[in-house]
Amino acid sequence: MAAAGALAAAAIGLVALVLGLGGVAGSAWTVVVDWLVPLGGLELTLDPLAGLFLILVGGVALPASFYAAGSAERSARGALAYPVFVASMCVVPLAANTMTFVIAWELMSLASYFLVLHEPEERASVRAAWVYAVMTHAGLACLLAGMLLMGAWTGSLRFADWRAAAPGLGAGARGVVFVLLAAGFAGKAGVIPLHVWLPLAHPAAPSHVSALMSGVMIKLGVYGLLRAGLDWLGAGPAWWGVALLLAGTVSSVIGVLYALVDNDLKKLLAFSSIENVGIILIGVGAGMLYHGAGLEGLALLALAAALYHTLNHATFKALLFLGAGAVVHATGTRNMEAMGGLIKRMPWTAACFLVGSAAIAALPPLNGFVSEWLTFVALLQNTRIAQPMLNLVFALGVAGLALTSGLAMACFVKAFGITFLALPRGDAAARAHEAPPAMRAAMVALAVVCVALGLGATLVVPALVTVAGALTGDRAPVAVGDWLTLGVSGGFATLSTLAIAVALGAALALPLIALRLAGAARGQRRYETWGCGRMLQTPRMECTATAFADPFRRVFGFFYRPEKRLDITFHPGARYFVQRIEYANPTRSIFDDWLYRPALDALRSVAHRARAIQSGSANVYLAYIFAALLLLLALA
Amino acid sequence: MIATLLIALGQVLVAGAGAPLLVGVVRTLKARLAGRRGPSPWQPYADLRKLLGKEPVVSTTTSWVFRATPYVLVATMLVTALVVPILVARPALGFAGNIILLMYLFMLGTFFLALAGLDSGSAFGGMGSSREVAIAALAEPTIILAVFALALRAETINLGDVVERLAREPLLAANPAHLLAFVAFFIVMLAETGRLPVDNPATHLELTMIHEAMVLEYSGRYLALVEWASAMRLFVFMTLLANLFFPWGVTSLAEPVPLLLGLLALAGKLAVLAAALAVLETTVAKLRLFRVPELLAGSFALALLSVTAVFLVP
Amino acid sequence: MRRQLRIALRTGIVTEPPPGRSDVERLGARLAGEIQRRFGRSLAIRQVDAGSCNGCELEIAGLTGPHYDLERFGLSFVASPRHADCLLVTGPVTRNMAEALRRTWEATPDPKLVIAVGDCGRDGGIFRGSYAVVGGADAVVPVDAVVPGCPPSPAAILAALLDVIGRRR
Repeated sequence: MAAAGALAAAAIGLVALVLGLGGVAGSAWTVVVDWLVPLGGLELTLDPLAGLFLILVGGVALPASFYAAGSAERSARGALAYPVFVASMCVVPLAANTMTFVIAWELMSLASYFLVLHEPEERASVRAAWVYAVMTHAGLACLLAGMLLMGAWTGSLRFADWRAAAPGLGAGARGVVFVLLAAGFAGKAGVIPLHVWLPLAHPAAPSHVSALMSGVMIKLGVYGLLRAGLDWLGAGPAWWGVALLLAGTVSSVIGVLYALVDNDLKKLLAFSSIENVGIILIGVGAGMLYHGAGLEGLALLALAAALYHTLNHATFKALLFLGAGAVVHATGTRNMEAMGGLIKRMPWTAACFLVGSAAIAALPPLNGFVSEWLTFVALLQNTRIAQPMLNLVFALGVAGLALTSGLAMACFVKAFGITFLALPRGDAAARAHEAPPAMRAAMVALAVVCVALGLGATLVVPALVTVAGALTGDRAPVAVGDWLTLGVSGGFATLSTLAIAVALGAALALPLIALRLAGAARGQRRYETWGCGRMLQTPRMECTATAFADPFRRVFGFFYRPEKRLDITFHPGARYFVQRIEYANPTRSIFDDWLYRPALDALRSVAHRARAIQSGSANVYLAYIFAALLLLLALA
Repeated sequence: MIATLLIALGQVLVAGAGAPLLVGVVRTLKARLAGRRGPSPWQPYADLRKLLGKEPVVSTTTSWVFRATPYVLVATMLVTALVVPILVARPALGFAGNIILLMYLFMLGTFFLALAGLDSGSAFGGMGSSREVAIAALAEPTIILAVFALALRAETINLGDVVERLAREPLLAANPAHLLAFVAFFIVMLAETGRLPVDNPATHLELTMIHEAMVLEYSGRYLALVEWASAMRLFVFMTLLANLFFPWGVTSLAEPVPLLLGLLALAGKLAVLAAALAVLETTVAKLRLFRVPELLAGSFALALLSVTAVFLVP
Repeated sequence: MRRQLRIALRTGIVTEPPPGRSDVERLGARLAGEIQRRFGRSLAIRQVDAGSCNGCELEIAGLTGPHYDLERFGLSFVASPRHADCLLVTGPVTRNMAEALRRTWEATPDPKLVIAVGDCGRDGGIFRGSYAVVGGADAVVPVDAVVPGCPPSPAAILAALLDVIGRRR
């Protein structure tokens, strides 16, 4: 049953991939079915941007579905919801009018709600699904408000009509619509401070669903921001781009800071998704600012960088989630403090996870490096806009991006190192088994795609520049080098991942040959780790995940606000001896403390006051009806 | 074509063979300043040669990541030797990358070394890894801003173009932004190569180690490769400081005489920087670990100042 | 910082000339020529305290100072036995430290040397025969040379090291 659902989703994914490739290549079509959807009918349009996001959906759905089909995490629960989820994600980028979009969006949210709730016995799971449902529907309310306002002001619910009518609307009207739409889409994308559902929902869902949610669904929020910021409302004033750039910078730094101190493997990956969405938004914001300033070449570069990172993140985050799923399945726990030594028991999973970690840490010559490089190069040319305030915003973006990439590397040293290396820290990890072949195949496929996207940068970037051009309406060709080298902005910067990869490969072989020629001693002797002559090496002596993150907890203490809890149980006989010490150093989320809790408390107190209206007495209700009737008669 | 290959080979030889000498010179100068005769500047070569003849002892808790890391470190350093302008402004792989690529290549080495430190399963290795990645992460924004300052002056971030532009217009360097960026980059070099006051390369106390803690488990040829890679890291960083900020002597021609002059100029600049490093390491004490972020924040502030100085001082 | 520099420049080099021949006792059957070829120009030493009174440690510590300066001969102290070529064992090997000494020896890569310093290292010294002591260093690990003395002076230890590796003064 579950396998049938997975295969159906794989088929949908394949269709999406093919259609998407066609879209990016330039084919454009429209499908209109008047009677299927109320208030406007079903209208689907393919253009290059929609094509790119279809490639995203299909490209991640295929391996994820194979993974699901081969996974033993089978339950009939998500069997129908899963293909519906994938199908609705395919419709969202294609939607050409409001009702189609909203219905597809809501189907996507509902289907993922059921998938997140696949363990309803667990309280944490129920809470995760509840928070997710509330946040996504709050976002939907904003989206609906924005879209209906736009519909009222332009007289039509079709996106193409908005494109045409947007220049006629006032700046204030467009600003209001942009804020509403941006709030809704940013909530779906997981931008700080609307991110609270992400670290709860993504770990709770099964791994292939997490891969799709993190890899694709939050990118549809980015898709919406691209449409709202550049397409439906025309080119906007500078504050739109500034808002997105700053939101992106803040999201990326805060996301990775939370990821660093987390010991739950999937939650770490979820926070890392928030970080990467931040990086994408930095590119989008920069693109909007350049577009507004008339620097089309730079705008296309920045947008291409953002789209590239979207593509890359989908690939390596899906790979990492599938790997995490294999690990969780093998060890039965998500807690990194109970794992370790898995590289010896799960070599394939470990190798794929290493490729994913290296890619997300932006190490050359993999794909994450190229998109971050492009983003940097786009941001570093901001002096072409001669406005000091904007230059300052760009400089903040540059510094934030640099800090983020360093911290992301540290985060994934922790994620890979603690989970896979050294000795197992628990029995479950000591008995782990390798993932079944279907899961392995899915991971290897995604790892190969990561490497290919990195080495093939010179082929991918021109295609993305074309897609970005279709979005901004600028058809001027932007030169991006030849098959070997990526050359940007007329010699500002060049990059050749292929050359670097070949050089690295040769340089790896060089010491091997040189050592052989120099007659170095061959072979090696195996012995225990040096422990200062200590008798026993147990896993308790290894570095723990908490200890690894300790320098960050201290340096960024003003942000984490950790509270130390020390609980000592003394020996009943004498206070000089200790039976048990429990030490906890949890970090607190400032968003929960300062934003959500006060807001929810205020809401609760208002609701409490409002309860007075529901007195329960029929006489009072009759009086209400009578008063309302008098009021209506007086007004009429 | 042949000339490019020969020059590439020359750069690799200079970096590979000259790095242990640079480390040796710094060590000898430090010893002389401490009142000792000290080891000969050629001592690191003898050390490497001896290590090659030893049979390595590899821990049973480690995996292939541990054994692969020394090769990855050497590979990244050799590739940087082909990207950095050591003898010529446009080396063989100069087209393939720029300062941002270099930054990430160094991070590739740090990534694998940190994993190797965790792989041994000892408390020291994990502690060294965690400290090393923390310092590397906090040094990133400074490098990027220093790059930004240079890019603003030279309107490019390609190393070859920056070097040629500065060599053509030496007055561009007579600018407070240039000096501020140089100082910021110098502090980052101390952090990234593990020198005092960030990390003591000669310490024997494990609790004070950062880089050394991660290599405690290496022996034999693996240790030789790791030490060589670490010497090349110092060499490449110092060459960047010397040739990027003071590019006189770096030639764009592929002829023997300019190349020789370039080599001599580089040797002179490296000697000055090595002496400065030796004096600094002798007179300054190592910082407490959780003061290092303050030092790096200070270097970030300097880099930010250098960027603003570019706007203020035309 | 400037004051430090001024003192350093004013004081100059205070290293004493190298010591003469030593009275080290060679025990191992290793060929002197092979040791010289391998370790003649570079020897990494890891000092192991197998229960000593620390008298020998104080003398050994003097070797790293400016007066004796063992680094000028290519000798150096290292923190990890993985990096070491030579173990410098001090102290009579007490029962508590016997296993630790053996593990340290096993952790050192081959080829390696073991030099026992002091009378304690030779045969237990003044602690010989005690219930807490296993015997000299050669009771636990194969010893290549012994430096007699209680404690031997830094010059004697340095001379012994130089003779063992066959280094010209």
